[in-house]
Amino acid sequence: MENIADYLKAERSQEWRAELRKSMKAKERTSLERVKMLEEDPNVRNKNIIEVNKGLTPEMAIVESHRCLDCPDPTCISGCPVGINIPKFIKKIETKDFLGAAVTLKETNALPAVCGRVCPQEKQCELSCFYTQKLKKSPIAIGHLERFAADWERNSGKMSIPKTEKHNKIKVGVVGSGPSGLAAAGDLAKYGYDVTVFEALHEVGGVLKYGIPEFRLPNELVDIEIETMRQMGIKFHTNFIVGKTASFDDLKAEGFQAFFVGSGAGLPRFMDIPGENLNGIFSSNEYLTRINLMHASNDEYDTPVISGKHVAVIGGGNTAMDSVRTAKRLGAEKAMIIYRRSETEMPARNEEIKHAKEEGIIFMNLHSPTEYYGDEKGRVKQMKVQKMELGEPDASGRRRPIPIESSEFIVDADTVVVSVGVSPNPLIPKALKNLKVTDWGTIVVNPDTMQSSVPEIFAGGDIVRGGATVILAMGDGRKAAAGMHKYIQEKITAN
Amino acid sequence: MSKILEKEFFSKNVVKIVLEAPEIAKSRKPGHFVIIRIDAKGERIPLTIAWADEKKGTITLVVQKVGVTSAKLSKLNTGDEIMDVVGPLGQATHIEKVGTVLCAGGGVGVAPMLPIVDGLKKAGNRVITILAARSKDLIILEDQMRGISDEVIVMTDDGSYGKQGLVTAGMEEVIHREKVDLCFTIGPAIMMKFASLTTKKYNIPTMASLNTIMVDGTGMCGACRVSVGGKTRFVCVDGPEFDAHQVDFDEMLTRLGAYKDQEFEAYQKYLQTVEA
Ligand SMILES: Cc1cc2nc3c(=O)[nH]c(=O)nc-3n(C[C@H](O)[C@H](O)[C@H](O)COP(=O)(O)OP(=O)(O)OC[C@H]3O[C@@H](n4cnc5c(N)ncnc54)[C@H](O)[C@@H]3O)c2cc1C
Ligand SMILES: Cc1cc2nc3c(=O)[nH]c(=O)nc-3n(C[C@H](O)[C@H](O)[C@H](O)COP(=O)(O)OP(=O)(O)OC[C@H]3O[C@@H](n4cnc5c(N)ncnc54)[C@H](O)[C@@H]3O)c2cc1C
Ligand code: SF4
Ligand code: SF4
Ligand code: FES
Repeated sequence: MENIADYLKAERSQEWRAELRKSMKAKERTSLERVKMLEEDPNVRNKNIIEVNKGLTPEMAIVESHRCLDCPDPTCISGCPVGINIPKFIKKIETKDFLGAAVTLKETNALPAVCGRVCPQEKQCELSCFYTQKLKKSPIAIGHLERFAADWERNSGKMSIPKTEKHNKIKVGVVGSGPSGLAAAGDLAKYGYDVTVFEALHEVGGVLKYGIPEFRLPNELVDIEIETMRQMGIKFHTNFIVGKTASFDDLKAEGFQAFFVGSGAGLPRFMDIPGENLNGIFSSNEYLTRINLMHASNDEYDTPVISGKHVAVIGGGNTAMDSVRTAKRLGAEKAMIIYRRSETEMPARNEEIKHAKEEGIIFMNLHSPTEYYGDEKGRVKQMKVQKMELGEPDASGRRRPIPIESSEFIVDADTVVVSVGVSPNPLIPKALKNLKVTDWGTIVVNPDTMQSSVPEIFAGGDIVRGGATVILAMGDGRKAAAGMHKYIQEKITAN
Repeated sequence: MSKILEKEFFSKNVVKIVLEAPEIAKSRKPGHFVIIRIDAKGERIPLTIAWADEKKGTITLVVQKVGVTSAKLSKLNTGDEIMDVVGPLGQATHIEKVGTVLCAGGGVGVAPMLPIVDGLKKAGNRVITILAARSKDLIILEDQMRGISDEVIVMTDDGSYGKQGLVTAGMEEVIHREKVDLCFTIGPAIMMKFASLTTKKYNIPTMASLNTIMVDGTGMCGACRVSVGGKTRFVCVDGPEFDAHQVDFDEMLTRLGAYKDQEFEAYQKYLQTVEA
């Protein structure tokens, strides 16, 4: 850690930064108001899939960058799982060097345009900002600025392709093309390896593609990043399920020396209540996959989807928000969130909850479904819900919901999206008998190297954490790439 | 991309397609299936690997025309390419020597039955195969089945070939005649339901290969879920074969109809464009 602190110090003491700090009084900086993201009109956007956040203008970004105090002890950085040099990139924006800001972001984060959009900043970098911690004021809009710099670079047509070491011709495999896999692949390519990413689906990107909707994260943006990775020499093999299409042993026989497994948390959970297999009841994965990956709401595509007038989405996470806002966009008159705790406990990003409310989503907090009823054709038409109250905090630290007796009532719902969580994808643990997994089915790794109980296999992201965030998954991917590099180099020197 | 190397119509609505897919050909086992997507706007549909040639690197699919995707597939020709083919998916059939096995296949379900019959025979079982269809022209793979089964019984609903009657009539006949240790059934859901009811009466363990609606085929979406023994299971990863006596076929039939209206409309629209 010491050398990181030294590096940050050295960076901070560079002349241009010192000059910049002096150019405006701290008092003046802290008196500025936090910038407001430009957004589409809620009543227009809830009928289409265009991106809700429109980004900051350069003027807005520059004003916001002035707020950042370039703190001697930048606590914001410790809130970022990949340790972006936040003050440095913000100060680059202040000097109008937007491309330089993007380069700074890419020192540690391969997908800044994605993270600027989807990170739960209020729980990470922005929570740790001096403004939040000490001044009790709105934090620097770090996420908005990150997105601004990344978008600026992309739109400038001057995307930098990260430099890679001389090719060492050593083959390594990455299983899964979600954020953890992409981050691992990027770093492994930088180290000089011959990297192949295997992806089970027909599209690269994992949840970024099939889960998070267009109105929050346009697919095009992910594709551009993937194109950059292709130019770095990374190969993508879609429609390839490791453990099925070929085994690890098959791949090792082809010369692969080590693997990163980022196979995600794929298995949707249901609640096991009567009527849950009626037609019109989906897991959020199915609902979102049909729409985002298969384009079911577009008539030109063959995949169908049912989405009705009264849509109930069960859950309070990002996935639930994405599903309910999608339902609204597909024409639901009533799109409801049914969540068993209160808004304070909701795991979704604050911004998504705010946007959902603006778009006319109905929130039935402290309610939980107990049974579904169908029509004569087997399609759900109503559900029974029960009121809840909050008890003592449980293992997750959130207050436990307790059902209130005889409080059930009936709600009309012709479509239900169950979004109560996912379990780790079992494909890899099933394919590798000697791989150590927890009772939950997550892969056990050494937290420093991300190495699993099988020496040549490293893992990270949701398959290790059970369900986390894009940036944590990417952090794991990078750490694992370093671990793999060390492992392979040691193996080579030993021989 | 997978190239179509051979194509042959078994009947008006059933077509055999041989695809280039070397990796899948190498790793697949009886009971496995693939998911294909014809083009960028296509849907993903599951199809059983009827058989494979590891040396040539090919897999063979037998497809029945029932809607847009299967119709589009049947229109493709040798040399054309299919955009996405992924597999092998599902659990392989558990094959062991048990004695006498009755294999009841209906319609296009006869194709996925072929590698199972082959495996059972090679494991040393006596295999009696029943081929059932509405009429003579819908009976497929009879010669191949005769080549590997100890006995083949053909049943048609209209009596145009073999014996007249439903598949269950043929099953009862065998069960009354000799001791059956195990039964496999693959075909339309409604046929499997009645085949299963039949063997349940005689306490004969029975496996059915379920053909639920799927999207990803990797356990990620839950579209394929069915109730087996009162528990929700995912056909794509837990199946496709299950203990038929535990399967809630009525629920499965309802779920198969989830998109009936949309599928019908899409098919009519498609037929118009093809005819135009
Ligand atoms: C709808 C939704 C909204 C979300 N919103 C946010 C948000 O706003 N902010 C945030 O930070 N996080 C969000 N998350 C969580 C975040 O997306 C995940 O934590 C993150 O994507 C995990 O990344 P991963 O690399 O571990 O796996 P994934 O993104 O799940 O990717 C795994 C990939 O591996 C593939 N795969 C699996 N097994 C195999 C195999 N055997 N062979 C080949 N390929 C395989 C899968 O097909 C998949 O593409 C959201 C999640 C969802 C579902
Ligand atoms: C594991 C498995 C193996 C299968 N193997 C074969 C095979 O070897 N040969 C073959 O001809 N068919 C097979 N099927 C069925 C095949 O997938 C469907 O016939 C096909 O998806 C229909 O698509 P469509 O667009 O042509 O018709 P659609 O118009 O979409 O549907 C017509 C009818 O087919 C059923 N259906 C629709 N979608 C699916 C789906 N994804 N899966 C199953 N049934 C569906 C519905 O009941 C519907 O009423 C298999 C299904 C499964 C699950
Ligand atoms: S990557 Fe996420 S946590 Fe890190 S600075 Fe950017 S928005 Fe904040
Ligand atoms: S803690 Fe806040 S004010 Fe301080 S450097 Fe970080 S972003 Fe700027
Ligand atoms: S098809 Fe998606 S889980 Fe089985």
